Amino acid sequence: MIINHPLLGPRDSQEFTYLGDAALIDRPDWQAEDAVDQFHDYLYLRDNPAGIHRELWFHETGDRSWLVVTRDTTTHEITSVELARDVARARGRSK
Amino acid sequence: MRYSGLRVIKEALTGHKGWKPAWRDPEPKPSYDYVIIGGGGHGLATAYYLAKQFGKTRIAVIEKGWIGGGNVGRNTTIIRSNYLLDGNEPFYEFSLKLWEGLEQELNYNAMVSQRGILNLIHSDPQRDAFVRRGNAMILNGADAALLSADQVRAEYPFLNFNDARFPIKGGLAQRRGGTVRHDAVAWGYARGADSHGVDIIQNCEVTGFRIENGVCKGVETSRGFIGATKVAACVAGSSGRLMAKAEMRLPIESHVLQAFVSEGLKPVIPGVITYGAGHFYCSQSDKGGLVFGGDLDGYNSYAQRGNLPVVEDVVESGMSMIPALGRARLLRMWGGIMDMSMDGSPIIDRTHIDGLYFNGGWCYGGFKATPASGFAYAHLLATDTPHDTATAYRFDRFRRGYMIDEKGMGAQPNLH
Ligand SMILES: Cc1cc2nc3c(=O)[nH]c(=O)nc-3n(C[C@H](O)[C@H](O)[C@H](O)COP(=O)(O)OP(=O)(O)OC[C@H]3O[C@@H](n4cnc5c(N)ncnc54)[C@H](O)[C@@H]3O)c2cc1C
Repeated sequence: MIINHPLLGPRDSQEFTYLGDAALIDRPDWQAEDAVDQFHDYLYLRDNPAGIHRELWFHETGDRSWLVVTRDTTTHEITSVELARDVARARGRSK
Repeated sequence: MRYSGLRVIKEALTGHKGWKPAWRDPEPKPSYDYVIIGGGGHGLATAYYLAKQFGKTRIAVIEKGWIGGGNVGRNTTIIRSNYLLDGNEPFYEFSLKLWEGLEQELNYNAMVSQRGILNLIHSDPQRDAFVRRGNAMILNGADAALLSADQVRAEYPFLNFNDARFPIKGGLAQRRGGTVRHDAVAWGYARGADSHGVDIIQNCEVTGFRIENGVCKGVETSRGFIGATKVAACVAGSSGRLMAKAEMRLPIESHVLQAFVSEGLKPVIPGVITYGAGHFYCSQSDKGGLVFGGDLDGYNSYAQRGNLPVVEDVVESGMSMIPALGRARLLRMWGGIMDMSMDGSPIIDRTHIDGLYFNGGWCYGGFKATPASGFAYAHLLATDTPHDTATAYRFDRFRRGYMIDEKGMGAQPNLH
């Protein structure tokens, strides 16, 4: 698979390590009433879809940036690649 | 019909006209007591033990394709019970004992071959870890033997003993481990289940669950609604996809694992060997092909094929363990979808929906578990209590902090 890095252009997926579902960006609030339940779901449960999946890849042997890659889990086709920083900021994280 | 040597001779003399199909091809009935979703090894074994051991009737196995077309027909056929943790080892040892009597039980030649499995040791800390594991195995009634480098050399002279970085210092052997003809396991259990009245319904995909007031009443399928008192999901790599139809999110990710087989060679590898310095394992099939594999590709996948980086990685690990491997030519490679759980261990449990049960999260070690998984799942379905060896395989272990994490990797499924 080739991942089209937003800053560096097309890179071999071997340069990256994989974390999992991009929903991991949305870390629950530890002060919430139901924080225990929220953290259980956050840590252990997954949508695991057959089809479009947004997921976190780390450019470990490259510029060490985190990316959000949109990929089809039934064909491995990659349709979009964003910087995870931009995605997180757009969701109001790390202002 | 019982199979026997005499029967083969009789059929040979009468033009092989007396053989019958090994199982029927029934139309689905409107309802059953038990509907098992998934005609892999585990689903068929569950149906068999439910009928045979627990005396239940009105059972159906529903398979979207043909039985044995999933992981049970794609794996590298290794059986063993060399686990460390209490939640796992009694279960896998129970499984190995069931394998030992399986062919007599089923009257079917599954080619169970206890040719032994050997885990190589490359450093002192690794030896310590394997000694600990061997002791845990022995405490649970399994067999384990620690071998010196010379003892390993006597059995496998062609290994890369004096490698500068990863010299071989010995090994942990389980002599009762080995391999089994994978397809024959599916077929043997199917024939056994069918002969006890189980309907095996192929080309029938479950497309949804009928759930009313928190109770599962049956399944919607590509061949219509089938009612059931108890519905038992058992679809391995498709677990996430199937349970999403009951609006359940699972502690499971689906990942692709590849396997490889070389051209047929003369007998060279007597048992199963696993590398201790990389992820690689190898055995030789009875046809002569070297059967081997290694790591997952590492990203979520429902495609039954992998990519080239892992091919290179597996073959490199193989070459560094058995340099002679480089002279063999690769014949075939393929992939299967693994139900990778959050701690690397399986789940056999009820769900929060009455009448809906779940079996999955087998990662890449579910073939060896087939007999015990079927037995324990049948026990749960028949009695609503877990089998003694499967009490730890609960959904709520993550919430309660009782993970069964053999590798100590945490909630990162692609590392288990
Ligand atoms: C390459 C590879 C190597 C492996 N090596 C080993 C090994 O050496 N040792 C070991 O112990 N394990 C190994 N495994 C793991 C082992 O194969 C699996 O854990 C085990 O086979 C899973 O259980 P099963 O046989 O019931 O699964 P499967 O055979 O996959 O059965 C599940 C069935 O469910 C059906 N299904 C799915 N969705 C639906 C639906 N909606 N409706 C109806 N039916 C459905 C599928 O068609 C399939 O037939 C390996 C796996 C792979 C892929």
